[in-house]
Amino acid sequence: MLKADARDPALLPRLLLGLLALVVLWPGIQLSELNPSVLLQAENRQQIASFTAAFWPPTHDVQFMALLLDATLQTLAVATAGMALALLLAAPAALMASRALSLRAASSNGRGAGWSRWVRMPVRGVLIFLRSVPEIVWALLFVRAVGLGPTAGVLAIAITYSGMLGKVYAEIFESVDQRPAHALLHAGAGRLSAFFYGILPNAAAEVVSYTVYRWECAIRASVVMGFVGAGGLGQQIDLSMRMFAGAEVASMLLTFLVLVMLADGFSRLLRWRLT
Amino acid sequence: MAATTSALAVQLHGAGLRHAAVRALDGVSLAIRQGERVAIIGPSGAGKSSLLHLMASAVPPSSGSLHVLGEQPWALSARARQRLRAQVGLVHQAPPLPPRQRVVTAVLAGRLGQWGVLRGLFNLLYPSDISGARRVLAELGLADKLFVQCGQLSGGQLQRVGIARALYQQPRLLLADEPVSAMDPVLADHSLALLNRHAQANGVTLVASLHAVELALAHFPRVIGIRDGHVLFDCPAEAVSEQLLNDLYANEHLAPAPDQPAPFSVQMPRC
Repeated sequence: MLKADARDPALLPRLLLGLLALVVLWPGIQLSELNPSVLLQAENRQQIASFTAAFWPPTHDVQFMALLLDATLQTLAVATAGMALALLLAAPAALMASRALSLRAASSNGRGAGWSRWVRMPVRGVLIFLRSVPEIVWALLFVRAVGLGPTAGVLAIAITYSGMLGKVYAEIFESVDQRPAHALLHAGAGRLSAFFYGILPNAAAEVVSYTVYRWECAIRASVVMGFVGAGGLGQQIDLSMRMFAGAEVASMLLTFLVLVMLADGFSRLLRWRLT
Repeated sequence: MAATTSALAVQLHGAGLRHAAVRALDGVSLAIRQGERVAIIGPSGAGKSSLLHLMASAVPPSSGSLHVLGEQPWALSARARQRLRAQVGLVHQAPPLPPRQRVVTAVLAGRLGQWGVLRGLFNLLYPSDISGARRVLAELGLADKLFVQCGQLSGGQLQRVGIARALYQQPRLLLADEPVSAMDPVLADHSLALLNRHAQANGVTLVASLHAVELALAHFPRVIGIRDGHVLFDCPAEAVSEQLLNDLYANEHLAPAPDQPAPFSVQMPRC
């Protein structure tokens, strides 16, 4: 035990918190049937080893590269088209859901209430519904409705992401300095004008960076949805995995890495330009 | 009755204002005629800003009545109130301008209340009245800052951009909350002279709160002294005596004799 003069009074709470975390985590591990030792069993080890051994060298013949380029472009197109549709829905929804444009809040130091709440609440509810269903579920639904192909992926991304974008945009609008918009409202400006002149200049950098990050997520999501038949890289990875063509999987994962790196660089560039 | 109220730019009757539990104004009654130029002076935290925000119909009075340009702003519909507000300009002490907005946009934003939404949006893509913005900025010596971002300006330059926006708005009632507090004496004098010239030439009512008493007395025909949320005096500038000023700022001169425990009323400095 530590000597009295060297004892940190925070020790006991920290120990207890650590124990508590373990106690809470343990049932979670049990429930999720996590058992890492399965990975170490001989035949499983061999399976994984032979599959990953086939990763090198990644496939790079011309025919496969053409196929890869095609699939990559399709994935990018699905993500971008889905985001564009999502934006069409998210931008007006965010304006309606945000308290930033409340005339009443502008003249009562931010404590806005009143009937406009009855617009904001339902819009918020719709946004919650849109993002509460995972895009993969929407994709499965749309694959049945419009058939196999990228269209299902575009629609699934549009629906889920409009919910996420709308919610986060609304919160960004509320988190920036409200005084410029309030000053404009007090000088007789309309609410939309006050938004574009008072809120957007301060929120633009955050909005753009979040949008690009979501676009990156949409690329990942469109790959996942490829597994259920929504085209693009995901469908190719699925095919190659089924055929145990590790080398093909490897080159597709590398392509994927490059895509995410590009998205990251793009986001950084935009942020740097806007702040 | 209708004729007398329409000749008044602002009329307050027993108006009070509370921020949560703090009483900012209490029983203020005053009338300002169309075309008058009035200075409001008083110690920090006396309620000068609150009074101006009340006149700008930015906040509703918690008690009493308020008429602005012959109308009761808080009895109007939201749309009609916005139309009334478009005729009232307020210069803020620290103009709330987005740092990334260009000066030309910030100045032109003064007329958003008169423009429709479409003109406002188009104005963001291409400034629709560059020469108008340049003209009003030139009077304040800032014509060269037209395309600079607001975040790159000093406090005094920002205040002048705020004045330029209010002038560009062309309001019938021009309110200014410590409009020259961040400027050097020469600039402050010039800017106040400009505001007064503009008001006189266009028959605009001008009400400005000021820290500097000498500026108030030099530029404005009528001076209102505010203290603890009350009107202490309201008279022509010539009638403001040394005695009145001493009463107005009494607690500000912190020179209590050691033998006398001064009745120390706590005054929260605003800003």
